[in-house]
Amino acid sequence: MTGIHPSLRSVLWLAVLSLLAFSEVPVYSETLTPEEMGLRIARDTQARGQGFGNITAQQIMILRNKQGQESLRKLRVKVLEVPEDGDKSLFVFDNPRDVQGTALLIHGHKVAPDDQWLYLPALKRVKRISSSNQSGSFMGSEFAYEDMSSPELEKFTYRYLRDEPCGDLTCTVMERFPVNKKSSYSRQVIWQDREDLRTWKIEYYDRKNAHLKTLTLSDYKLYLDRYWRAGQMTMVNHLTGKSTVITWTDYQFQTDLDGRDFTKTGLRRAR
Amino acid sequence: MALGAQVSAGDEMDQEIFGEIRIENRWYPENPAYPNQSELASGIVFEPELYLESVHGWSFTLVPFLRYDSADPHRSHADLREAYFLLLGEIGDGEWELRLGVDRVFWGVVESNHLVDIINQTDLIEHPDEEVELGQLMAHATWSGDLGVAEVFILPHHRERTYPSRNGRLRSSLVVDDDHPSYEHGAEEWHLDFAVRYSQNFGPFDVGVSYFDGTSRDPLLQPQVSQQREGELVLVPHYEQIRQFGIDAQLTTDEWLFKLEAIHRSDSQNLRFAEEDFAAFVIGAEYTFYSVFESAADFGILGEWCYDERGKDATNIFDDDFLVGIRVAFNDVQNTEIFSSFLKDRHYSTSAFVIEFSRRITDQWSADLELFSLANVERKDVQLDPIRRDSFLEFRLNYNF
Repeated sequence: MTGIHPSLRSVLWLAVLSLLAFSEVPVYSETLTPEEMGLRIARDTQARGQGFGNITAQQIMILRNKQGQESLRKLRVKVLEVPEDGDKSLFVFDNPRDVQGTALLIHGHKVAPDDQWLYLPALKRVKRISSSNQSGSFMGSEFAYEDMSSPELEKFTYRYLRDEPCGDLTCTVMERFPVNKKSSYSRQVIWQDREDLRTWKIEYYDRKNAHLKTLTLSDYKLYLDRYWRAGQMTMVNHLTGKSTVITWTDYQFQTDLDGRDFTKTGLRRAR
Repeated sequence: MALGAQVSAGDEMDQEIFGEIRIENRWYPENPAYPNQSELASGIVFEPELYLESVHGWSFTLVPFLRYDSADPHRSHADLREAYFLLLGEIGDGEWELRLGVDRVFWGVVESNHLVDIINQTDLIEHPDEEVELGQLMAHATWSGDLGVAEVFILPHHRERTYPSRNGRLRSSLVVDDDHPSYEHGAEEWHLDFAVRYSQNFGPFDVGVSYFDGTSRDPLLQPQVSQQREGELVLVPHYEQIRQFGIDAQLTTDEWLFKLEAIHRSDSQNLRFAEEDFAAFVIGAEYTFYSVFESAADFGILGEWCYDERGKDATNIFDDDFLVGIRVAFNDVQNTEIFSSFLKDRHYSTSAFVIEFSRRITDQWSADLELFSLANVERKDVQLDPIRRDSFLEFRLNYNF
């Protein structure tokens, strides 16, 4: 999922990054407003994720209800970095078996609504679907579509809050506010370590500013000496007591995927 | 690769096997209109899929279909839904794709009447909603690139529509003798049919235009004296040579979907066996309320208008009909869904009501319940009058492996 591998939009941010490389830690100067500092962290995060090209991975989701009953989802994910626009993603479902072969193609955009097509193998039908289901549940899990989509820089405004210890690391804590009025969140609070800007925790607040969900990320691994990816993501819904754990396996970077695999024709033969 | 029954067939080939077994029970609450028709039909369906992928870039897909039905020997049938090789490659920034063999192809956007969809024959005996299709032998070439998707189909063999037998429900008053179809063209079912399609999306607009030249998938049903049963009149399917131009489009906005399908067909006969070129269209809109009542459920309402300029001489039931429907997706762990629609003819009093409920039970088991109901069927409505007593309730239990 692109949720944890933000990609870069423009070479500009690289310039920002290289400037930062020469500056002293702490990089976030006190002369900046909290909003400017927040934006700078978000830009740096994007800059570090840039250039991954494409990714394939497998996802196992375990859905747990309040009574502890579990339900399993398995899917394969492909992501193509599109530097000048939003990333393209392709999800192919393997489990539950009744949706085996169903595939979802998303052409992400920075500000405009994403384009989405669904392939239904039983009907051999490619259906264009609306992307207004932002707040809807992804496969009955505690992840909403908007939690799964690529966190383009332009989709939020930012505000730096503080630095604080998180485990053995020091984390930068900031708020981000969704630009899209259809988002079910008023704000999110995000913890990132200062060294590698990896996201360790996100708190989601609903439109009434109640603490709705918390996402925690763990088992980070470094790929191609540059890209950090979490191996496990746990989303807990504080209102319902339900939770979803996503385990990522088989990460592969810079495979032979290209734009052709992310078209409606490609969707038709997605496996 | 799939997580199901994946077997490694050497280093050169990946192999997947999966599929569905379905147990069905259909109950017709009304007394049958014709002798020896049953009120209950039980059946079992087996539809496995085998997929082979070579490291050399080609793949092969095989989907046989088998149904046993307790009430109608015609409904107990087998078909090869898919058996095709897929080859692909690159051209510049675009790609080409070639599918050779038996495949299914769907075109269109609306729910009620699949006007534009013409490549495959309808497996009508499966369901009166005409959604299920028979496999079609074809060579299907696709070019896909920034300028859109262009497709060419060469269709060397024609499939006949499936019809209920004498003892089956949902039959016409005269039995359809599908053992002896007639063809306008001397090559009969081996006439080389041809189709092209171009499709593209422009922002929120998805649009396709298509052209078909060949043997009609919709037969004319001509009353004739039976070749087997002396003195009995039967309906003999007659397949004409037609030309059809089609367009399908969908505009996708935040909450609204706007849909259009339209065709123009030449060289076909109407219900009174007179040559009549015609145009027909379906326009529709669907509105979705997302996450209603602060739940995860989405609630959609849709409306469609089907129009055929032949009016009562149209060879299908969608001459001038309105469909209204609702769709509820609960977006829960069980993927619970309800779809319901009401179709009303503007010329006749006839209406049709459908409600479908589906729910997952476990990772591998799911169940559907469907009510198909006809009401106020007008005697003059020659296409629906024969099945006026054939409303049914169906329960399906699905096992996916």
